This record gives sequence, structure tokens and C-alpha cells, in this order.
Amino acid sequence: MSQILVVVDHAEGAVKKPTYEMLTLAARVGEPSAVFIGPKDKGSEVAEAVKKYGAGTVYVVDDAELKGYLVAPKAEALQQIIEQVSPGAVLIASSAEGKEIAGRLAIKTGSGLITDAVDLEADGDTPVTTQSVFAGSYTVKAKVTRGTPIITVKPNSATPQEAEGAGTVEEVSVTVSDAAKGAQIVASQPRKATGRPELTEAAIVVSGGRGTGGKFEPVEDLADALGAAVGASRAAVDSGWKPHSYQIGQTGKTVSPQLYIAAGISGAIQHRAGMQTSKTIVAVNKDEEAPIFELVDFGVVGDLHTVLPAVTEEVKQRKG
Amino acid sequence: MKIAVCVKYVPDATGDRHFEDDKTVDRVGVDGLLSELDEYAVEQALQIKEKAESADDVEVTAICVGPEAAVDAVRKALQMGADQGVHVVDDAIAGSDAIATSLVLAKVIEKDAYDLVMCGMASTDGSMSVVPAMLAERLSLPQLTLASKVETQGDQVRIQRDGDVATEVVGGTMPLVISVTDQSGEARYPSFKGIMAAKKKPLETLSLSDLGVDAGDVGLSVAWTEVEETTARPPREAGEIVKDEEGSGAKALADFLAAKKFI
Ligand SMILES: Cc1cc2nc3c(=O)[nH]c(=O)nc-3n(C[C@H](O)[C@H](O)[C@H](O)COP(=O)(O)OP(=O)(O)OC[C@H]3O[C@@H](n4cnc5c(N)ncnc54)[C@H](O)[C@@H]3O)c2cc1C
Repeated sequence: MSQILVVVDHAEGAVKKPTYEMLTLAARVGEPSAVFIGPKDKGSEVAEAVKKYGAGTVYVVDDAELKGYLVAPKAEALQQIIEQVSPGAVLIASSAEGKEIAGRLAIKTGSGLITDAVDLEADGDTPVTTQSVFAGSYTVKAKVTRGTPIITVKPNSATPQEAEGAGTVEEVSVTVSDAAKGAQIVASQPRKATGRPELTEAAIVVSGGRGTGGKFEPVEDLADALGAAVGASRAAVDSGWKPHSYQIGQTGKTVSPQLYIAAGISGAIQHRAGMQTSKTIVAVNKDEEAPIFELVDFGVVGDLHTVLPAVTEEVKQRKG
Repeated sequence: MKIAVCVKYVPDATGDRHFEDDKTVDRVGVDGLLSELDEYAVEQALQIKEKAESADDVEVTAICVGPEAAVDAVRKALQMGADQGVHVVDDAIAGSDAIATSLVLAKVIEKDAYDLVMCGMASTDGSMSVVPAMLAERLSLPQLTLASKVETQGDQVRIQRDGDVATEVVGGTMPLVISVTDQSGEARYPSFKGIMAAKKKPLETLSLSDLGVDAGDVGLSVAWTEVEETTARPPREAGEIVKDEEGSGAKALADFLAAKKFI
């Protein structure tokens, strides 16, 4: 069985949940290994975390020389590891940067690329991916037929399964060409922590749209009562009520939580593209003709400013 | 300065998009248009042109790879204000994936010394968001991608990138590849004057052999990925919809959430 490389999704060495999901998927096709590109001194900590989900080898690439630049150096580092290890596939989290790294890597290694996989199974030792396309109206199964399959995987694609791995740290030194240093990160302003779960990883998302009229408290209070993340439609973002990082949809984030609650959102196709694969969908909208109701498992025709606070109360009471 | 803007012709998202028997997207049977997300790239290119000391110093070329009808995407860019267009059309291209599309685009761009290559953040159909990165790789250029703001000064470019975990300012020296998001500023509508002027603008049609691309390197049969099956998602079962009357809606919703074990 060949190694399946999982590129660790992390924030300064704190491993994020999609990493464990990808390790779980990787184990279906081969031997999961992890690649950690980050501060070297966090290597053993990361290894401890990922070995619980089956990582055999943990390749550690110090990012001191890489992190000041966009995308290209990471793609070069991964290319060098692929050359050394000849893995059966490479899995990368489907973030904006993850996809760009994957795009460069595919060209560099002459490999086929599949983006936004929501599931992975094995056909012999070939990974077969499932993708959800056209705003979730089609499911596509595909595989890579050339080179090393490079696959970006969406968050919430699998339930992480614990499995004991060796977690052997192997430090890898990579060389970064000058050409890869052409896009320099001049300044970086980390996004403020909200104290809520990360939007793409959350089990429950409560979103508000134009119908909030800019008053997001009812949405946020319900989210907090449910332990949910807060999202927004583009209309709410364009009105300046929430930053773009909250936007769900075609040009925002794609979420696939267990429960999605849309409040004051009409359900435009571009919004649906970002939430249609949610397991359970609920909407609160005062217009009974709103297209969002075509999607819902449960809908309330009513004013969100009265319905949401009352639901929040109910939730609090029932949770005790 | 020479700017190339890559524009894609996509099926209208509000139409009924579907797959054909060969598991490729039906790009002929449904109405198409210039991908709205590429309009933002055209807009930013035009703004760079307008800010230049003399607009004549900046030449904007719209480049499209796609079937006959895709020439509409180039025309729209010309109507918005691009100076000239290139349309690569060849039967062999049908079914090409991002890898092949980026190859053809790279060949067009290599023909001329472009200072900037501009793209939208994603297509509104395939939505892989990888062509700009692939183009940058093929052209050995730096990428300043997912820009919500673009600033140029001489040959220096700075963008604001709303990244996954941080807002970043990224800088580079031309030539380079830029992609812009829908946060970069509304794209203009073609004016009547623009529509009339577009009719006289040069629009070059190229085939793969004009570009020296081997037909065996593009198209469905050589795609580096293979679609095994496509399944229309079964329509969601109609859900329960209640009208809120004096608090009944909230109670019913809480009951639903409890029954589903969310509370
Ligand atoms: C290229 C492109 C990309 C796009 N990308 C995205 C994207 O990523 N994400 C996205 O969301 N959109 C996107 N859009 C925009 C999309 O088309 C819609 O315009 C947008 O989703 C509408 O947001 P909304 O539902 O909040 O607002 P509206 O469509 O205005 O709907 C507001 C809803 O709130 C209801 N309402 C009003 N008051 C109340 C109240 N008191 N209580 C309850 N309900 C109330 C109304 O009945 C209405 O249904 C994109 C558009 C384009 C062209």
C-alpha cells in the first residue's frame, strides 16, 4: 500500500478538524501520512495530534523561509516531498489557498487534480472522489488518471475516526526557488476570533440575510444558544453588516453542516451553492413564496425578529 | 503596458444546467454568457487603463477559450471597454479540464509580452478556482490572487487578499498573474457607445495549430481526471412549513429541533 499524504490544515501549529477528516479518508485508500508545513518547533506537538488519527509518518517542513510568500513555495515543498515519497495521492484542505497550492502542484507534477471532494472511497488503490456540483444539484464521481492524484477535500467530508498511527517525525528540508518568492506578503491582519466555531467546520450554522435589516442579534443569540457558527448572505455582507468572511455562497464559503438555519434569506441560486448540501435545512422568512422554502426540511413563515428570539428562549429552556 | 484578461463563457446559472451523455457539461444546449465573476477582472483591467497617464499606454486584451458561441464572452468584454479580443476555438478543445484550458491560455499569453494577466476568482460553472494558479505556474509568474483591491504603481502591484484566516497585503513586480474577487468593485455595464465601438475592435480567432498546441494534449479524452458517473441529486422532499401565529412558529421550530436532537 502506498502512502497517502495529508497536508495538515492548521493555524500556527494548532491542528484543525479537516486534517483528521482527511486522515480518516486517506486510510480508506492507503497508509495515511501527514505533511506539516509550519513552525518546526511545533512538529512533535502536531505529530502527537495526528497520530491519534492514524498518521504513520509526519513530514515536517519548517516554514521559516516559506511563509512570507503566497502559495508558490508551499507547492514547491510538496513537489519535493512527492518526488521523495511517491505517494498514492495527496489530500489538501479545500480552502482558497489549498486549492491554489493544489493547482500549482498538479502542473508541476503532471498530475490530475480534483477539487472540493466531499467523499473518498477506494477502487483498488485508486481514490474515487465524490463532488457536489451545480449548486448541489448533481453528484459526480471521478478519479485521477494521470500522475499522483491531487485532491482537495471539503471540511465535514468524513467523521474523524481515531486510529493509532506511529506518528514518526521526519524532518524534510526543501529548497525554495527565487521564482517562487515573487508574491510577497507585505502585511497580514489575522481575523478576529469570534469565540464561535469556524464557519466551514461547524455542525450548526445560523445565517442572516437582508431580512435582518442589519440587526444581527437575533441571529447571533440563536447561534450562541445552539453552539453554532454565524453566516450571512451576500446582501448582508454588501450592506456592511458582516465582513466577507461570513459570506456563504458561490463567492463566499461553502458549508455543509448538520443543520443550517437561514433567517431573512430569500434563497438565491448563488446562496444555495454554498449551503445546499447541508443535512437539515430550516428557514425563517416572512414571505411564504421565498424560494428558500423549496429547500427546507422545516420552515417558519414569520418575522425573524420575533420568531428567532422566541426560539432562542425555547432552546435555552429545553437545554436547561 | 499590456494586460490580458481571461474570460470564460459559461452556461447561465439561472438556466437548467446539466450533463451530456459523455459526462461533460452541456455548454451548447443552454444559453451562455460571460462568467459574471470574470466581469470583475475586466473591470479592474479597465480601471488600471483609465488611471494611466494616457489610456493609450495600456492595452487590454480579452482572451477566451471555448466553443463558437463563446465569442459572446469576448464581445461583452470589448463592449465594456477592452481594446481587442482573442478567441481560441477548436473542436479538439471540447471537454477540456482546467489543466488543458490553462495550457491553451498560457500559449496565447506567451505569444505576447503581457505585464499583467487578470482572471476572475472562479468560473460560475466549474468553480474550481484553480486556473489562475495553474496559469501562474505554467508561465512561471508570481500570483497575486483573490484580490479584493488592486493597486499598481509603475511595475509594482499590491493587492488586498481576504485569505482564509487573515486579510493580507501582497506585493509583487510585473509581470504577474492577478485574480480578483467580487469584492473588488461592481463591474460596469456596456454603454451604447461601448456596444457600437466594440463592433470595430479587432477580434482574432485562433485554432490550436495557430498556437502550436497538439490537439492530443487537450480535450476530454486526454483529461487527467475521469468522471465515472454523474447523478442528479434527488429533489429534497418537501418540508413542513408553518405560519407563525403569536409564537406558534417558534414553538413548532423548537419541537422540530428537539425531535432532530439538535437540542
Ligand atoms: C456572481 C454572483 C455571485 C454571488 N454570490 C453570492 C454568494 O456567495 N452568497 C450569497 O448569499 N449571494 C450571492 N449572490 C447574490 C444573490 O444573487 C442574492 O442577491 C443574495 O443572496 C440575496 O441575499 P438575501 O437573501 O439576504 O436578500 P434578499 O434576496 O433581498 O432576501 C431577503 C429575504 O428576507 C426576507 N425578509 C425580509 N424581512 C424579513 C423579516 N423581518 N423576517 C423574516 N424574513 C424577512 C424577505 O422575504 C426576503 O426573502 C451572488 C450574485 C452574483 C451575481
